Amino acid sequence: MDLRLPSKVLEHIFSFVDSNEDRNSVSLVCKSWFETERLTRKRVFVRNCYAVTPAAVARRFPGMRSLTLKGKPHFADYNLVPDGWGGYAWPWIEAMAEKSPSLEELRLKRMVVTDECLEKIAASFKDFKVLVLTSCEGFSTDGLAAIAVACRNLTELELRECIVEDLGGDWLSYFPETLTSLVSLDFSCLDSEVKLSDLERLVSRSPNLKSLKLNRAVSLDALGSLLRLAPQLVELGTGSFSDKLDQEAVSKLAQVFTELKELKSLSGLWDVLPEYIPLLYSVCPGLTSLNLSYATVQMPDLVELLSRCSNLQKLWVMDLIEDKGLEAVASSCKELRELRVFPSGADVDETNVAMTEQGLVSVSEACPNLESVLYFCAQFTNAALATIAKTRPNLKCFRLCVIEPFAPDHKTHQPLDEGFKAIVESCKDLQRLSVSGLLTDKAFEYIGTHGKKLRMLSIAFAGDSDLMLHHLLSGCESLNKLEIRDCPFGDTALLENAAKLETMRSLWMSSCGVSFGACKLMSEKMPKLNVEVIDEHTPETRPDSSAVEKIYIYRTLAGPRLDMPEFVWTIHKNPEIGVSHLAIE
Amino acid sequence: MRGGGSELELGKSNLLPAENELELGLGLGLSLGSGAWRERGRILTAKDFPSVGSKRAADSSSHQGASPPRSSQVVGWPPVGSHRMNSLVNHQAVKAAKAEGEEVKQKNKDEPKDVSVHGSGFVKVNKDGVGIGRKVDMRAHSSYENLAQTLEEMFFGMTGATCGEKVRPLRLLDGSSEFVLTYEDKEGDWMLVGDVPWRMFITSVKRLRIMGTSEANGLAPRHQEEKDRQRNNLA
Repeated sequence: MDLRLPSKVLEHIFSFVDSNEDRNSVSLVCKSWFETERLTRKRVFVRNCYAVTPAAVARRFPGMRSLTLKGKPHFADYNLVPDGWGGYAWPWIEAMAEKSPSLEELRLKRMVVTDECLEKIAASFKDFKVLVLTSCEGFSTDGLAAIAVACRNLTELELRECIVEDLGGDWLSYFPETLTSLVSLDFSCLDSEVKLSDLERLVSRSPNLKSLKLNRAVSLDALGSLLRLAPQLVELGTGSFSDKLDQEAVSKLAQVFTELKELKSLSGLWDVLPEYIPLLYSVCPGLTSLNLSYATVQMPDLVELLSRCSNLQKLWVMDLIEDKGLEAVASSCKELRELRVFPSGADVDETNVAMTEQGLVSVSEACPNLESVLYFCAQFTNAALATIAKTRPNLKCFRLCVIEPFAPDHKTHQPLDEGFKAIVESCKDLQRLSVSGLLTDKAFEYIGTHGKKLRMLSIAFAGDSDLMLHHLLSGCESLNKLEIRDCPFGDTALLENAAKLETMRSLWMSSCGVSFGACKLMSEKMPKLNVEVIDEHTPETRPDSSAVEKIYIYRTLAGPRLDMPEFVWTIHKNPEIGVSHLAIE
Repeated sequence: MRGGGSELELGKSNLLPAENELELGLGLGLSLGSGAWRERGRILTAKDFPSVGSKRAADSSSHQGASPPRSSQVVGWPPVGSHRMNSLVNHQAVKAAKAEGEEVKQKNKDEPKDVSVHGSGFVKVNKDGVGIGRKVDMRAHSSYENLAQTLEEMFFGMTGATCGEKVRPLRLLDGSSEFVLTYEDKEGDWMLVGDVPWRMFITSVKRLRIMGTSEANGLAPRHQEEKDRQRNNLA
């Protein structure tokens, strides 16, 4: 009996399949499902821009309306990837301009975006609506002007933590008077002042504006007038919160905040003076997301503020909150799902000692929905980790950064192996884990044994030997991204588990003991991987036994990169260098 | 074809050694006893480092060195994004400016009123004799050494149009070359790079200039430069 469904029926059914994970499964069933699925997919995610060519993506998904791309490896955020490594948006934009001119949305993360790219976007996609650039670099405010002037249906323009060559605030004035469709504008990472009158006019003619994130240069006074024009805002990122205002201005501002009935998310608050914090009290009960990570607010003021935020689900804050402040969060913010605590000092000497492991324990014990944690702390204990594991088995993301490398449990002076064991044993749905502190190979044996759902793992200054890598590569079945720095393993575990790497998106290793010879061997034996050696030494002068500085390995269908700088080497650059016998003494 | 989300599992062959040809030398099976590992040549681990609590560590940031790395000397550690790091740096610069106001040998004795890194993180760099200047992102650098490296690559590296062979590294900071690195600060004064703590420097630098040593004689002396020159002369 022929069970084949007509493609029209299939199309209709697939229109209910949203998640790309499901769509990928759907496309594997049979050829006709593959065909129907690819013709109907609207949102395409390419999580490694070098895993596949732009042409291939454009060919497979002719109906694409939204493209999300990621470029550099995650450790680029911490300056571990040298400038010029790659991640260029241009080939993608050029290809889509030609083959997918109906593209409406582009979201890029950790990519190099030039003004030419932005001009090309402005010129090529007639119905362009959404541009979100996260941790991108390479463009100037001139490129923004090009987008502003040409994209007549723009709804979202968001620059999140980008490095932008700031040539002034004029770009904002390029939004034409006819543009009334804006829903979200985020220019918080820019430095220059924009003209307030331009901003006010833009806001007034944008009735759909829901999210506005200003940069630091926007004064408190200006904020007041903007909020008066946009009381419907759901997300607000303020500018600098520190001008000296007179009594009248302050009470007017307080009034304006009470009008923000829809506000759910608040951020910015640079330089906020303690006397202005009460201005925020009226919006606190409605907030689900609060980002105070750039606000140097001290603990007592934080307690006052947070005790009013009973609906808070996401809190980002600095360690100025201290244990006491986190206790207040524990008792007031029962809906909390995500907590991130960032260091207020740039190194361990400046870490706030009044915030310890106890703060996180308090929140874990009291907040039943807590599932995502990022916590920077001077030191930690196995007991605390065990308590967190026991009380929060629902954790999905646990990133602990003990700031001092190799720091043991500060009470027992033992490695933190047992603590992380508790975490991976108890939190069965854990998908993302960052470990730190003093860790032996044992810790990784535990992670390999129990971390079956782990997709992303970040490791620094840990382990004793190749065993650590072997446990991870052989044990963590769902491992997708592994990034390791400054760990003392060599070639053996990597080579023995080489096949694993084809099941993962990528592996980053820097300042470890992997030799050049091993890299060559892997390159030769695993053609579906790109093995990139990032090292200042030229391959001719580099002996096989020497450890290389940085290695980035990723699976790819696109073959070797054509845009590698000098300091990135793959075997395709020097195919005549044969693979020598690998001898490990 | 996996142009979309890459959640597909290719296979669960996580224990399969890739190919027989992979020469491992140790002929290891999968039961790796940790004892066997230790006997082979191994890389230094935490156990080789003196007391972990020591904060007065040596200057080496290599993990092969004798002391554990201080987190402020290690690139990319703590793992805080650069935007956030800049904010921290500004915050510390304010504190440092207040604490070190008297000790700093600067013409500008007043605390900078606004120490935020306003304006672009990029500053112009010009080298005497070279018509075209470059721009360097101060925020992407963590130390003078880091910056000097970048500048040396920019102006004296292999990517130069006329350079065919590798040029000897410049040592812009220690006075051993014929060029010195100078900067123009917020007040418009030209100073030798390297006198003040890095964090203070990046908040006050407006422009950089690589000038010939002879020209730089009028600028404030550098004690560190003297020490380094002596050390170099002994090498």
